Amino acid sequence: MSLRADLAVIAAHVAPGARVLDVGCGEGELMEVLQREKGCDARGMEIDPEAVERCVARGLSVVQGDADRDLTDYPDDAFDCAILSQTLQTAGRPDELLDELLRIGRRAFVSFPNFAYWRMRFSLLAHGRMPVTRHLPVSWYETQNIHHVTVEDFRELLRAKGVTVEKSWFFTSEREIGGTSANWRAEHAVFQLSR
Amino acid sequence: MAGASALDAKSLVLPDPLPLDSGQRLETVRVAYETYGALAEDKGNAILIFHALSGDQHVASVHPITGKPGWWDRMVGPGKPIDTNRFHVVCANVVGGCMGSTGPASEDPDGRPWAMRFPVITIRDMVRAQVALLDALGIAKLHAVVGGSMGGMLALSLAANFPDRARRVLAIATTARHSAQNIAFHEVGRQAVMADPNWREGDYYGAGKGPEKGLAVARMAAHITYLSEAGLTDKFGRRLQDRAAKSFGFDADFQVESYLRHQGIAFSDRFDANAYLYITRAMDYFDLAEEHGGRLADAFAGATARFCLVSFDTDWLYPTAESKHVVHALNAVAAPVSFVELSAPYGHDSFLLECPPLDRVIKGFLE
Repeated sequence: MSLRADLAVIAAHVAPGARVLDVGCGEGELMEVLQREKGCDARGMEIDPEAVERCVARGLSVVQGDADRDLTDYPDDAFDCAILSQTLQTAGRPDELLDELLRIGRRAFVSFPNFAYWRMRFSLLAHGRMPVTRHLPVSWYETQNIHHVTVEDFRELLRAKGVTVEKSWFFTSEREIGGTSANWRAEHAVFQLSR
Repeated sequence: MAGASALDAKSLVLPDPLPLDSGQRLETVRVAYETYGALAEDKGNAILIFHALSGDQHVASVHPITGKPGWWDRMVGPGKPIDTNRFHVVCANVVGGCMGSTGPASEDPDGRPWAMRFPVITIRDMVRAQVALLDALGIAKLHAVVGGSMGGMLALSLAANFPDRARRVLAIATTARHSAQNIAFHEVGRQAVMADPNWREGDYYGAGKGPEKGLAVARMAAHITYLSEAGLTDKFGRRLQDRAAKSFGFDADFQVESYLRHQGIAFSDRFDANAYLYITRAMDYFDLAEEHGGRLADAFAGATARFCLVSFDTDWLYPTAESKHVVHALNAVAAPVSFVELSAPYGHDSFLLECPPLDRVIKGFLE
């Protein structure tokens, strides 16, 4: 099974044997790779009960919960690493969610679609409509992505919070690109963060 | 009341007296149990299932009194989610019960029925007795312990008090403590039993007639708490029972009345009223945090098992918040825990009824 590009880069950079919480773990694809290939102690949180059911059926430890509310259940430093993939833009308060991730995990991986990707900008400029793309495929009124964010917006938030960026990766069409002009060129981004 | 046939069930007398949370002890304890599926040579494939308040050891075998299939027949058996082709399933009647394990209807050391002289027992006492049963059966470590409702309380209690005895703990539609509302409903039931003149302070054994009416009312009240409002409306609505119009009297005009009366009578035909008092008391006393210094997380400090908690969105007896409370405590001690709230229309009883996602969760968790 091949992982989505952002998950693959996260999987490659999580320390072997780490205690990991995957927030918004879906059906547990990343957790399974982390357990099998890196000997991690992986736990998950997922809002969709059917996805949780599939995780449990795969033998994964996943709790049904809402990242906006239920991360408060975890004590400080509960994990070496907290992962939030493609979920930041769905949070009620992404800034508070980021605080929670770095409270329960010493380190965090965060991936999100970049709303400043040039095709988005072009689409908005040319058509005057909210872009519907491969990464953001749903119309504005039914999308779960309620907080669109750009690479620069995210960097600004990290600066304001004093969060350290350890590494960052950028992707377009599932292929890694360099960091130069990432805010234009990247379709989505992955950040490795620490307090 | 339990008939004589229940006493023919598989049972053993524990080799040692049973110490109780009350400070008393039971010198002689018989535990009645059933097993399904073969025990592996290494004895590593055993699953202990704890029954709920009104259940018994006949989880997947015909009930000796009612002649009905076991209470979890749909879940336990060859090729079923708890697959007896793979697992050796043990299910024992709780101490304080009335299906062959020592309880208030059993004889005391003087050869008379214990009745209300039977010591008050707790959930942890029930667990102690079943751990002693496991010892007698030579089962050191369970593949899993599974229970719903009171069975879930027993499973959590086993996990907290005997953390080395199970690799997996599956607790369904349950709670780590009885709430004021839970206690209140049980008290209604107990008072219904005690208000029946045939109860005679519990000394009705051999009197020919026991407090069947009171027990039936207790069961009727309790049964309402096992169902959802939507489930009741769906099943009965305001439909009338075998009549075209209201009788302007107090017969069971409505289907729901007729149903509850039937449930009450059927229950009092098979259950001992004093056992109902003792078991509901044990549930009311249950507060796993209180047993462990007031902090639920401390109850699970030594836990090494994997946990899975399941709640149902229409269960208002032990609602999802109660399961999440347990999950929170398990997270605090970094225990591996899964939790899912399943959607089912039937309220608390959903765990006993048709619910395919529950089948998948149970099967998957036991892998």
